[in-house]
Amino acid sequence: MPITDVYSATTRRIEILDKDGKVDEALLPSELDDATLQRALELMMRMRAFDEKALTMQRQGRIGTYGSMRGQEAAQAGLALAIEPDDWLVPSIREQGVLEACGVPMRHWFGFCKGDERMAVFPGVNALTPSIPVGSQLLHAAGIGMALELRGEATAAIGFAGDGATSEGDFHEALNFAGVFNARTLFFIQNNGWAISVPITQQTRSATIAQKAHAYGIEGVQVDGNDVLASYVASRDALRKVRAGEGPVLIEAVTYRMESHTTADDHTRYRSADEVAYWAERDPIKRMRAYLEGRGLWDETRHEATLKKLGDDVEAEVARLEDNAPPPPTDIFDHMYSAMPETLRAQRQALLDEIAVRGGNGANHG
Amino acid sequence: MAEVSAGRTGSSAAPRAVAEEKRLNMVQALNEALADEMARDETVLVMGEDVGPDGGVFRVTEGLIERFGNKRVLDTPLAESGIVGSAIGLCVGGFRPVCEIQFMGFIYPCLNQLCSHAARLRNRSRGTFAVPMVVRMPYGGGIRPPEHHSESYEAMLANTPGLKVVIPSDPYEAKGLLIASIRDDDPVVFLEPKRIYRAFRQAVPTAPYEIPLGEARVAREGSDVTVIAYGAMLQVALASAKKAEAEGISVEVVDLRCIVPLDVQTFVDSVVKTGRAVVLHEGPRTCGVGAEVAAAIGENALLSLLAPVERVTGFDTVFPGALLETHYLPHEERVLAAIRRTIDY
Repeated sequence: MPITDVYSATTRRIEILDKDGKVDEALLPSELDDATLQRALELMMRMRAFDEKALTMQRQGRIGTYGSMRGQEAAQAGLALAIEPDDWLVPSIREQGVLEACGVPMRHWFGFCKGDERMAVFPGVNALTPSIPVGSQLLHAAGIGMALELRGEATAAIGFAGDGATSEGDFHEALNFAGVFNARTLFFIQNNGWAISVPITQQTRSATIAQKAHAYGIEGVQVDGNDVLASYVASRDALRKVRAGEGPVLIEAVTYRMESHTTADDHTRYRSADEVAYWAERDPIKRMRAYLEGRGLWDETRHEATLKKLGDDVEAEVARLEDNAPPPPTDIFDHMYSAMPETLRAQRQALLDEIAVRGGNGANHG
Repeated sequence: MAEVSAGRTGSSAAPRAVAEEKRLNMVQALNEALADEMARDETVLVMGEDVGPDGGVFRVTEGLIERFGNKRVLDTPLAESGIVGSAIGLCVGGFRPVCEIQFMGFIYPCLNQLCSHAARLRNRSRGTFAVPMVVRMPYGGGIRPPEHHSESYEAMLANTPGLKVVIPSDPYEAKGLLIASIRDDDPVVFLEPKRIYRAFRQAVPTAPYEIPLGEARVAREGSDVTVIAYGAMLQVALASAKKAEAEGISVEVVDLRCIVPLDVQTFVDSVVKTGRAVVLHEGPRTCGVGAEVAAAIGENALLSLLAPVERVTGFDTVFPGALLETHYLPHEERVLAAIRRTIDY
């Protein structure tokens, strides 16, 4: 009885733009014209500008807990450049960048962080409300991908998660269901090194997250997640395959969470300043700017003008956010069921009666 | 178990004047409901473990994959969270999945998907997305299976805002309530009393019909005491009522049909009339459905009460092994004793 190899696989990693802004010309996609390359940098700068504003507003008490995406701009911008308008986005709590790049006004994300549930509905895109239970949303992306496959629609469902989520059972069930039913789903995993305080080395013994896809019979690829060009190329190829019904794909974008998990966390408790500095050297915006400057597509004047415009855009969004009247108290009840049950109607009325007695708009009590 | 009367009273009962009827047990009635809805609406899918060629472990989905094909009947990997979670995605993608969880004892792996997502997606998207999903599952005791095959967790689910919880009590009810559940735009947990899956046959209309969700029914009229029950326990209530009649006690029986939405008015009206109430279910007592029903009677019919509301329920224990289950499950004598206590108070 012979002993044979029944399965083996290798996992590829794609890098195009190095930390100093040098590009591997052979891998540079020809369809990326000058304007698109500039747009890639602008998208990342825009994400950072909004991110910085959100951190400031949280400190000022103008929004609630906020999870920064600083450092992950390349992963999300590269993907955004490959997304088509009909594609579905199934976000977690750190996908504000890709949503913004797909046209979602950032006041919606700020409103979501403020506790205004009306704002967690994203106009102009096929996107679900961000999912907070870790990894659970990947099954929704698998299910939407199954629906697209059943109908033969040339559209992709993109499920987002971080490295920590790959330890959840739902990550594995999602990959398994997607594989079995040939779902038109891309799993976009941003491995930012840390799940709150637990490093990736303690999250899994696997050398990569990408290789986990092989166990479910689907393609897995790793990219330098701080390289917007690599993220774009991997996303473009994956989405073409997914939309054509040729099988789901998992992309692992290896990046770094430059800030704490959220504003409620303090990363200095569990990781070294040296590690953060190492990744600051690999900043996605810095390297893309160096590349474009080397090609004469960017300069200081353009950079300053871009920052100025972004500052104006950010302030305009904040102004619109803060113009919003708070939701009516009855919003608590009005979206629970397709038709309101009698028992709930009575509770709703009791709240209205209570508000009528205490007067005012019902926003405060006591 | 004896043949039950098909006689129905109460304003909510669906019209009985239909041309064609067949005598079906509950499994057959459920199977008809699924087939009718799949034929009527091509977005209706059936999915779960062994629901394909095997027809489900209780054969509720028998013949569906042969008739509708493997794009409408999905034999899924063995993963409850995967079934409910991917079904949520299918809902967003325009389908109306009817999921089967093999036994209610196995719902814990899918509770995150059911409670954190299915129950909440409409609310957290301010009505942008709906989850028109049915999650069917056999529940309850009485068939002497291994551990984890006899549970009644309806109270736990009823305490999760956003879900509907529906429990049929006979074949006629099963077909009408399942059709209504499939057509409903909210996530419905549909609990099937497996103990009476094949216990008796009943005349069931061949044509599709809906029994509206959230409308209880008076299953038997009486004047001295009201027994409020649902699912497999309804048959116990009816049998107890018959025995009580021999003792000169007239028992009215209310079938809740739905735990959510709960039709408080129907059982309160009944208790106002009779002045006495016994609530009957096989799930654990503490914080069970009986507690909610008793509270609602206290809030709405206190001055009509001639005796404290009695609860006949399962114990606050793990559902016992096969050798002891008859001690756990509420039975006619236990219900009769409660009825007598309300009379003798």
